[in-house]
Order: sequence, then structure tokens, then C-alpha cells
Amino acid sequence: MPKLKKQGIFSKINNMSIDSIPKTIFVAVVLCLFCSMLVSFAAVNLKSFQLANKVRDKQINILQVAGIYYEGINVEQSFASIEPKIVDINQGFFTEKFDPNSFDDTKAASDPLLSVALDDDPASIGRRADFATVYLLKNEDQSVDKIILPIYGYGLWSTLYGFVALEEDGNEIYALQFYQHAETPGLGGEVDNPKWKAQWAGKKIKNTEGDLMIQVAKTPGEKEYHVDAIAGATLTSNGVHNLVRFWLGESGFDKFLTNFKNGST
Amino acid sequence: MSQTRKKLLVDPLVDNNPIALQVLGICSALAVTSSLKVAFVMTLAVIAVTGFSSYFISLLRNYIPNSIRIIVQMTIIASLVIVVDQILKAYAYEISKTLSVFVGLIITNCIVMGRAEAFAMSNKPVDSFIDGIGNGLGYGLLLMCVGFFRELFGSGTLFGVVILESINDGGWYVPNGLLLLPPSAFFIIGFLIWGLRAWKKSQVESPEFKIQTVQDH
Repeated sequence: MPKLKKQGIFSKINNMSIDSIPKTIFVAVVLCLFCSMLVSFAAVNLKSFQLANKVRDKQINILQVAGIYYEGINVEQSFASIEPKIVDINQGFFTEKFDPNSFDDTKAASDPLLSVALDDDPASIGRRADFATVYLLKNEDQSVDKIILPIYGYGLWSTLYGFVALEEDGNEIYALQFYQHAETPGLGGEVDNPKWKAQWAGKKIKNTEGDLMIQVAKTPGEKEYHVDAIAGATLTSNGVHNLVRFWLGESGFDKFLTNFKNGST
Repeated sequence: MSQTRKKLLVDPLVDNNPIALQVLGICSALAVTSSLKVAFVMTLAVIAVTGFSSYFISLLRNYIPNSIRIIVQMTIIASLVIVVDQILKAYAYEISKTLSVFVGLIITNCIVMGRAEAFAMSNKPVDSFIDGIGNGLGYGLLLMCVGFFRELFGSGTLFGVVILESINDGGWYVPNGLLLLPPSAFFIIGFLIWGLRAWKKSQVESPEFKIQTVQDH
């Protein structure tokens, strides 16, 4: 009687037909292992580049809205003149509670400890963070040249994310720009049109009585506070109107701007 | 290059175009063709994915159990797509922002699956690779044609260079807003298929169903 040769588990699987169940599972496991290694290798190795790209993209947008960006600029060097600071929106003061370089505004807006649910929510953002990163463009003598505030809110299809740059008096707009949105190209997407954006320069937020006056509207208003709505994009324009008034109004940066003007931040 | 391999590469460009004749991969062709730059990067991404996925699937074709072969193909395709997506995010951030979800959706692009199932499963790796590249090129060729019309008449530019100065920037050309929206690509692809079939009569399909004329009583 011939002695049965003892077989290892691998040679056993090896001798089975391709379509047998153990071999099917074997192939699936090996393939998954191999593919997951490939994917994680790519993800881990490229992560630092991707993060750098994201930071750089944000910095470029801030430089653009501050009006000191041009093609071929050294982003990191130019960004040195901009100081990020965390603002306590409810109190209207700068706070040292968080490190501005690592504070995550998006995360804070969904963290129940760091944000409030809004009852009156014209910008349709649901929750508003209690803290926000603002950027100060400094002159050479360290005095503040421009205040750059993050703003966002719902348009027609998407949330528009952007920055508004204010002159040092905190009441005159220098520029406004969105860096992320998905509005209809050619219609709502015209919020990116330089001609439309140029309208914002020099507009005042409040009148001398302290009423919030800035508006985006079809019908002509007082020139100092009026930005023309975009033709064919009523809902996007309304969205911009609402979000600008929200962030510059009482539930937004109003307190901070008032304090800033009085020099008590 | 041998005659058959050349045929594998060139055939999908016009004679057997994946979009125009096989009518596959329409979805992404609608989404990414509003500007040529984006369409071009998408083309490169799809060529890379079709080529390499066909190659690897063909390499493994004798080891793939029949019962899970579609899943195995999907796993390989998906891994390659994620790698491409990561590379774009690292080295072409601006464009990857515009392409956004559509790079990920290459996974569901029927061209990639179609070539894997129809060709790579029963042919040698190098042939499959060439077939994949060819089909990617065929897809890209149509994408670029559609992108050309959409960008030129939709925003008056080509690859971002101003050709027809639009009225918004103080020129004379009134851009056609429809061309910036995805549905316009339907019309353009339709016209291209029409033109192609008028030129190459062999691509015209015979009708599957004929309405019979009713006889008078």
C-alpha cells in the first residue's frame, strides 16, 4: 500500500481547480492584500504633497483677497506678512485658547462644544463655530493694513466658501472672493468674474448710525452700500447677500469689528 | 510593431471608437468636457487606467476564479484609479479640484470594465495593454473634440487662451451658456456620431425593429 504523501496547506490549495471555493477565497484575499498595500503606499507617500497643496491653495486665496498676489509670487514668503489669529465670535475678542496654525475652522463648526446651532440662519449653514481664524495683513511697521475674514453660506446648489478683506477701519470692504463653490458655470459661477468682484471694493458695511447696510440686489440702492446682483443668477446673488450680511452682522463678526475699531481687541 | 498590434491601437480611434460606436463612457464625457485642459487631464487618467488595468487583468487571467472575476477586475481597476487620483491631488492640485469626483468615477467608466471583460480576460498582457491604451486614446479623442466645441463657444477660449473675446471681458462675443452645461455635450456627441456614421457607413446599425405597414381592408 503506497504511503500517502503529507501535503502542506499551500500545495493542497495549489492542486485545487481555480474555481474551487478555497482557491477562490485564496485569490480574493491575496488580491485584496496586494491592492490595499498599493493604495496605502500611494496615499501615505503622497500625503505630505497633498497637504502642502491644500495649505498653499488657501494661502494663495488669502493673498489674492488681500490684493498682494500676482503670478509667479513666492507664496510662503509673501504670506509672512499675514498673521492668522483666532477670534472668539461671541465676545468679539482675539483669543489665545487655540493655536491659529493648527485650528480647524471646518471641524469647529460641527463640534457641539465649539459651535452653536442657529435659529435665525439666513446663510443656511446650520451651525456656526464660536471661534474663527481671521487673517491680518500687516504693514511694515506691524500696524494692521487689512482684516481678512472667512465667510461661507449657501447659494443655489452649493455652499460658497470665501474671504472678505476689510480696510483697517473694519467698515470698508477692500475685496471679496470665493475659493470654493459649485454654482452654475456662466450664471452663478460668475461670482468669480473679476468685473463683478471689483464692485465690492470701497463699499461700506454700516452707515453712521450703525445699521447694517451692505446689500446685493437687483434694484439700485444707495451707491455706497450696493452691489449689483448677477444677471441670471438671482438665487446665487441672494445667497451671497445673505451670507455677507450674516457674517458681517450681529451673529457674525460685528462685535469683533466694533471692538477692533475701538482698539480693544 | 506587428500589424495586429497596430490595429489594436488605431482601431478604437475612429473605426471602433468606445464613445461613438460602442456608446460607452458617456457620463464622464458630459461632465469633464467644459474646458480642454480638464478634458486632457481626464484623458491621460483614463488612458493610464485602461492600459494598466487591462495589463494586470490579463496577467492574472489564468488565476482569476470565474465566480468572482468581475469583482477581481473591479478591485484592480479601483486600486489603479485611487492611485491616479492621489497622484493628481499631489502634483496637479488645481485640475484635480475641477475634476473632483469624476476621477473616482473612472472606476464605473464602462470602457475600462468593457475592455477588461471583452479583451483582457482572453488575450496576452502586452496586447491587452495596447488595446487598453488604444481605447483610452479613442475616448480621449472624442473628449477633446467635444471639449473643443464647448470651450470655444462656451467661454471663447481654448486651453484657457482667449480666442473669441467675450462680452463680459469687454469683447464682442456673447458666450453660449448652454455649452458650459453638461446637456450640451449630449448634442455634440450626437452630432459627432451622426457625422462619423455618415462618413463610415459600416458603423450604421441595422434597425432591430421595423414598423410594419398596415394593409388596407
